[in-house]
Amino acid sequence: MRFGKNWKFKITPFRILLIIFVLIAAAAALYRFVYGLGAVTNLSDEWPWGLWIGFDLLCGIALAGGGFSTALIVHVLHKDKYLPIARAALLTSLIGYIIAMVSLFLDIGRWFNFWRPFFYWGYHSVLFEVFWCISLYTTVQVLEFGDIFFEKVKCAPLKKILGALMTPLLILGIVLPSLHQSSLGSLYIVAVDRLYPLWWSMLIPFFFVWSAFFLGPAMVTVEGTLAARAYKREPEMHIFESLTKVTLVMMIIYLIVKIVDLVYRGVFSMAFNGSFESNMFLIEMIVFVIVPIIMYSINSIRTKLWGVLTASILVVAGVIFNRMNVVFTGMADAMGGHYFPTIWEWLITIGMWSALVLLYCFVVENFPILPKEEKHTHGSGVAYGKGIHA
Amino acid sequence: MSKGVLVDITRCIACRSCMVSCKSWNDLPSNPSTFSNNWDSPGKIDSTNWTVVTNHIIEEGDQLKWRFVKRQCMHCLEPACESACFTHAFVKTKEGAVIYKPTEVDQDYCVGCRYCMIACPFGVPSFEWDKTFPFVQKCRFCYDRMKEEGMEPACVTSCPTQALKYGEREELLAEARARIDQNPSYVKHIYGEKEYGGTSWIYISDVPFDKLGFRTNVSEKSIPAYTWDVLKWTPLIFFGWGAILTAMRAYTKRRAEVHNEEDMYAPVDDE
Ligand code: SF4
Ligand code: SF4
Ligand code: SF4
Repeated sequence: MRFGKNWKFKITPFRILLIIFVLIAAAAALYRFVYGLGAVTNLSDEWPWGLWIGFDLLCGIALAGGGFSTALIVHVLHKDKYLPIARAALLTSLIGYIIAMVSLFLDIGRWFNFWRPFFYWGYHSVLFEVFWCISLYTTVQVLEFGDIFFEKVKCAPLKKILGALMTPLLILGIVLPSLHQSSLGSLYIVAVDRLYPLWWSMLIPFFFVWSAFFLGPAMVTVEGTLAARAYKREPEMHIFESLTKVTLVMMIIYLIVKIVDLVYRGVFSMAFNGSFESNMFLIEMIVFVIVPIIMYSINSIRTKLWGVLTASILVVAGVIFNRMNVVFTGMADAMGGHYFPTIWEWLITIGMWSALVLLYCFVVENFPILPKEEKHTHGSGVAYGKGIHA
Repeated sequence: MSKGVLVDITRCIACRSCMVSCKSWNDLPSNPSTFSNNWDSPGKIDSTNWTVVTNHIIEEGDQLKWRFVKRQCMHCLEPACESACFTHAFVKTKEGAVIYKPTEVDQDYCVGCRYCMIACPFGVPSFEWDKTFPFVQKCRFCYDRMKEEGMEPACVTSCPTQALKYGEREELLAEARARIDQNPSYVKHIYGEKEYGGTSWIYISDVPFDKLGFRTNVSEKSIPAYTWDVLKWTPLIFFGWGAILTAMRAYTKRRAEVHNEEDMYAPVDDE
């Protein structure tokens, strides 16, 4: 499909399916806005937060962590060999945040009041910090993206203004997500005595921001491979491989701090008490932290595409698993009752993630996001490192 | 001068007068009851039952004790619900009630995010799930009675056994201590004196509190104090981390080559 000379969007059967999911979700969302949360969700006084907050918001934001870790590596440390992935990471992150905002909007009961926290400051609330940082950061990302947008839609003066703003935007674009990735963890500090002690800790903000950060490279690897496959390009294997060094070191630190924290709080033995929580915790730590650490540190695995990819998928799944454990497993005992999302909650979630895929495809097909491929760049003399010639 | 209520569990007979008077004073709808094994249906607080009496059967040796506990918002001295609310919709009034901001203009602060429900350590705030634009509902300590007419809460008035006593929290604490000291059958603990920084409603009992569905051995530090321990670092991290990043960016930039990013990327051509 083409609209105008400059815009295109290819329609495939898979994309039609995704569009159908989005439409169903939109209808369900409309119904929810008119008839309230009780009508479409299984949420209850025991389980005030469910799939939309636990998965779409917490995981959506965590998965978007690729944006700020890549920004730090590329734009602050100027490791230029990673430039080819910078824009793709920014894009995924931006879409992830939009999903998070949409799910938050769906989830709040009095949605017409969503603007209140901008004017009425409950600054003693962690949620206040989360709300402000996420809103500001989404704005920052839109502006950063504007820089790319105006490469295509020519508008010199605007591009110039944005260009001048770029440095403060980039810095804000790292500081804000660092703050709220950690605050998403701090949200659960209030659950002292209720969140299972294997997860509750005063260090939970550190664990959240740290894991969001090391998740970044893994997410870039997974999504880079997916994009490469979808568009029949060469995966940027060199980049993936050297990114593992970042992930590896950070995960080892994560593991050590985790153990020290458990020992310090005297709950280390709880990990082995055989309860449901302890088993989930062990799975989280062994399958999703220790195994990827081992895979990343073995040369013959790390240098193969399947190896990096498997390890990275484990890391991504592991962070999701961790967030789910905090929101659901760790709270289940204290909250009582039970919760399983309704079909509508699932459909809306599926619709949102389908929208993410569609948006990603549309943007990379119309904007300069992915690096030019060798065969297209007829000696345009671009000066970036060897990394790209993968 | 902060008010409180002393609940003496040994005196409660589960007549549920408090539940009835709470409903009638606050115009709450009645709900059809269902059967529950220990006869305490509905058995938990919700948006139209701001107070409930729960029943507990306790075996002590060959003795069987049946105890009844009136539950409602504890009106914490440093309420977690207030600190968790990002629009500051809940406040602790100087009289001691924890309520939505009482003035007419300020009433509609709530966004319905339900973080207060996650934050409350007693599982009190309840949501009007079936409404399109739900509010969070809970016991208001009959703030309207307390404030305008100097009356005690509706539930306290209707209690026929004086299991509930309304007054200054300090005086009630002294009285609770006196009752515990005079009668050895009481457990030597006043629930709510220190729990989570203390609550306006306090309980004394002759069976251990953990057998009555109270969460015991909990933190004596208030939940807002925990959060503040973390939140207070925010400005420092914001400026400190920002400064470090700016410095690093400036430092590494000098060494980096300059790229023309426009030449580097291109839309995917998939046709
Ligand atoms: S018991 Fe819960 S709802 Fe009541 S004041 Fe304390 S934190 Fe708030
Ligand atoms: S649900 Fe309402 S009162 Fe509770 S924290 Fe959210 S905005 Fe505040
Ligand atoms: S103080 Fe008032 S609102 Fe609270 S339980 Fe008693 S009657 Fe109900």
